[in-house]
Amino acid sequence: MNEEKFDLEDCGNPPDMATVESDVLTVDEEKLLDELGIFGESRRKFLGQVSTAGLSVLAMQLLAENEAFAASNGDVKTAAVKLENAVKVSMKVNGSAKSLDVDSRMTLLDALRERMDLTGSKKGCDHGQCGACTVIVDGQRVLSCLTLAATCEGADVTTIEGLATGEKLHPVQAAFIKHDGFQCGYCTPGQICSAVALMEEAKRGDASYVTENIQAKARSLNLSDDEIRERMSGNLCRCGAYPNILRAIKEVHTGKEQAQGWKFSESSETEVA
Amino acid sequence: MRPFKYTRAAETAKAVEAISKNKNARFLAGGTNIIDLMKEDVARPDELVDINRLSFDQIKATSGGISLGALAKNTETANHPLVRQNLPLLSQAILAGASGQIRNMATNGGNLNQRTRCTYFYDTAMPCNKREPGTGCGAMEGINRMHAVFGWSEKCVAVHPSDMCVALAALDANVKVQGADGKTRSIAFADYHRLPGDSPELDNNLKHDDLITEIEIPKNNFAANSYYLKVRDRASYAFALVSVAAALDVSGGKIKDARIALGGVAHKPWRALEAEKFLKGKDATEANFKAAAEMEMKAAKPLEHNKFKVELGKRAVARALTMAMNGGKTA
Repeated sequence: MNEEKFDLEDCGNPPDMATVESDVLTVDEEKLLDELGIFGESRRKFLGQVSTAGLSVLAMQLLAENEAFAASNGDVKTAAVKLENAVKVSMKVNGSAKSLDVDSRMTLLDALRERMDLTGSKKGCDHGQCGACTVIVDGQRVLSCLTLAATCEGADVTTIEGLATGEKLHPVQAAFIKHDGFQCGYCTPGQICSAVALMEEAKRGDASYVTENIQAKARSLNLSDDEIRERMSGNLCRCGAYPNILRAIKEVHTGKEQAQGWKFSESSETEVA
Repeated sequence: MRPFKYTRAAETAKAVEAISKNKNARFLAGGTNIIDLMKEDVARPDELVDINRLSFDQIKATSGGISLGALAKNTETANHPLVRQNLPLLSQAILAGASGQIRNMATNGGNLNQRTRCTYFYDTAMPCNKREPGTGCGAMEGINRMHAVFGWSEKCVAVHPSDMCVALAALDANVKVQGADGKTRSIAFADYHRLPGDSPELDNNLKHDDLITEIEIPKNNFAANSYYLKVRDRASYAFALVSVAAALDVSGGKIKDARIALGGVAHKPWRALEAEKFLKGKDATEANFKAAAEMEMKAAKPLEHNKFKVELGKRAVARALTMAMNGGKTA
């Protein structure tokens, strides 16, 4: 699709809704309702509430998703998808070009997880409050749960899967392991993507709310603990690994080894009396 | 989320035309608020017109002051050398809001148009005159700890959530918009947002097909003595209980001009005009700051659960003014 040629591009295809008698279901629709566990009386009720055309679209989406699941990582299969309001979008994800048709409603997070098999980015709250979905788009950390995939035309996306070089972990990844910067690990991909981008923001001299003398000319910053905490406040950790996350980030940011904040238990602490 | 048509606008005129043709269409910029509202089924547009590729993203000096492109990101705005140097109050206010990730996505124009975070507005099972006119205000007799103490009506007690807008109110910004007729006009910041009155469904005075193109901030002498203080439940990444944008123009210890605006207390950024008037010509002392704060908060009408905001407001105004005088320090 040539960006230069259109003024206002109608990215949507008209929904392809076959006229179907409300009491006649296709095999796909039958399968869908079975999978959803909707039988008997509840099926009749459900069908009363949902237009069959809508159901057939849903069935096609489900099939398309199954196909996408089966697709290999480099090849995002989109054939035979009859999406309502489909948008064709091409982007670079972790260095490789991806092109796919998405429902206009699909977030970047869902596109990464469900269509590209990149399940590192996590869906925590899905409302932009927890930061578990943080990815780096065009060099900036953003929330993929509040980014529509359709808006990512031409974007350069880096996820947690794209940080390591072959088998060599990104320094922030290595530091998180060394300092035990997680417990359950669910927020970790977002924490790490956020921290990686934070390093660049500090080099650029970007200010934060706790920066003293905001009028001073921007230059590479040595972040205090308070600065790191403030800048990481968009990433929540319910396990409370914050002190170790701080140590990990500080070690990479300063290049100086930080004291380990954890230790193995002494045998006296674990012995049963 | 309900289905919607997505279009990508490459020209302003086409974007405005698309919105004009469909009263259920909305512009899409950073998306940090509208996408969330659509997920919650609070916003139900059937078309989004993506304006991110339009060219209103510059920050520049103009003859009158500084112009912020409506599509410049919050992060870029807060860190632009022109803004940090000349409008440190605005940089601080932006950086007090949301998180690094959200500020990287959110645009200046979108920040103005973000909607209240009142929990009754967000919960479609609850009554809310803002979301569904005529259903009543759930917060009025409900849990209203986060709500307004100034300018509310029986119809709505919600507060405007922005930090950036509190600084823009203090700095007498102007909002430039382009209408469906292609003409641009300027709206004084004080007239941009509305008090709820009888139509809380309207947050501001924009028409459906108006597109914000830039925000202009006139030259001022406040850069040396300004501070944005935000008081909240958490140290970071939380909406304000009370926030204060304080800016002083001081010469020889005397206050030549004062600007004070409060966030978290009203349906729009609340200019403390009484306090400003009182301070003009007076000595820049803590005693005068306290007296000004006292005077302003007298008009507050708290609800059942937010009475604390009156005392908090007094202290926050006095402290913000003190910090504005002391380069961000409390003493």
